Amino acid sequence: MTAPLPPSAKIIAVTSGKGGVGKTFVSANLAAALARAGRRVLVLDADLGLANLDVVLNLYPKVTLHEVFTGRQSLRDAILPAPGGFSVLLAGSGMVEYSRMTPEIRDQLQAVIHEVEPMFDHVILDTGAGISDVVLYTVSLAGEVLVVVTPEPTSLTDAYATIKVLATGQGRRQVSLLVNQTRRPGEGRSVRQQLQQVVDRYVNPGLTSPVRLELLGEVPADPAVREAVQRRELLFDAMPGVPASIAMASIAGRMTAA
Amino acid sequence: MRVTRPRRPTDRPPQPPSPPTDALELGQALQLLAQAGRQPPPGEPGSTAWLQDLIDALVDLSSRDALTGLANRRAFEVALEREVDRVARSGEPALLLTADIDHFKAVNDQWGHAAGDQVLKAVATALLDSVRPMDLVARVGGEEFAIILPNCPTAFGEAVAERVRRRVEHMPVAIGPSQQIAVSVSIGGAFAPQWVRSSPALWLERADQQLYRAKAQGRNLVRLEPTAVSVVSNEEKRLLFETFQFQDHE
Repeated sequence: MTAPLPPSAKIIAVTSGKGGVGKTFVSANLAAALARAGRRVLVLDADLGLANLDVVLNLYPKVTLHEVFTGRQSLRDAILPAPGGFSVLLAGSGMVEYSRMTPEIRDQLQAVIHEVEPMFDHVILDTGAGISDVVLYTVSLAGEVLVVVTPEPTSLTDAYATIKVLATGQGRRQVSLLVNQTRRPGEGRSVRQQLQQVVDRYVNPGLTSPVRLELLGEVPADPAVREAVQRRELLFDAMPGVPASIAMASIAGRMTAA
Repeated sequence: MRVTRPRRPTDRPPQPPSPPTDALELGQALQLLAQAGRQPPPGEPGSTAWLQDLIDALVDLSSRDALTGLANRRAFEVALEREVDRVARSGEPALLLTADIDHFKAVNDQWGHAAGDQVLKAVATALLDSVRPMDLVARVGGEEFAIILPNCPTAFGEAVAERVRRRVEHMPVAIGPSQQIAVSVSIGGAFAPQWVRSSPALWLERADQQLYRAKAQGRNLVRLEPTAVSVVSNEEKRLLFETFQFQDHE
């Protein structure tokens, strides 16, 4: 190939280690905020075994990644518009069989990402909970990784374990953090500081170059989040003025400025 | 629904029908065993026990490589599949090594195929001698071998693979009455993902990738996939929570 490659999307994997910290909430609302800023955004539900982006967005499509993987539908037919002005590729509930990583799934996932890359400015890979090989493989396909963490001991531990695995297993040296459900302004900085300190002490000495954690932003605990989830609405779309939505907009601003 | 019959004193436990041995063609099976240097099954020919022993012997024969006596490709694939499932359930780390004899074609070209066979047998013995009895050593291709090491701590991976490599390196192979040659193997390895069910094909591919690395970087080398460290020690947790104030969540 000698022709210059078309400008392609920034691929960012959203992961957390621990479940229930708002990974899918962050993926969907960040996508909406980026879309509001004029970017073409795709969210791919990479939680192949236990997808729930469809529930968050209240979308129950006939065509999902499952139909694409089995060759019954084209990829373009599976890319759907979501409420927040971005596009989604949903996994669908028929994907339970894909909780086991195989070379076939790997190649198909890789092919799908390769194909959507030129069509968008940002591709967000919403991974599953835990540190499974499906999650690790999905993260390995992304140029950037965003770890969602809440200021709780369990979430902190799992985020740290995730960072450690990515650093030692994939040679990842740059990890972004989004601290969700903060209780006071500046808590995000404390969390980053705390994680960086332990990484410096226990992970970095064994590496040829050090891992750096970057705080992408913090999202305050906001009762509106629960309300939006209950109503099956996208927070950023339904309640753009609440603190959590404003935080999402500023994070998107930072991402588009970079 | 179960129907219980009244038990009569003449009732005997159900007996499998005795096989019509006259109708069975067992000559070739016995000939195959004899050719492989095995004794025919003991006991009364045609009895159920005798037939079971015969089947067991044939199963064993069909899961071994004829030249080296190691597990063959078929048996290896069955064992690998089982190990992937076991690791996913138990969480115990397991290591897969793939080994390839360096410059094997040159041995064949220079000394002939009989010498090549001697090298294969000697390497097979060296591999078997350098691992635990619970480990499975297989010949998976021409000069390719694989070893499945269940319950192998990640910290020991490098040392185990190195031991195998050195064993081959320091083993002279007799290829004639007064002729000895030295051979070496390149070894690649990868641990099974401990967290979830992966697939045997993917695991093998990962180990093979490391084997290519070992070959490309000069042969007679061990290359293992970097192991991802996911364990968080108590010291790490202590430091992680040390100065951080967790607020009460109502």
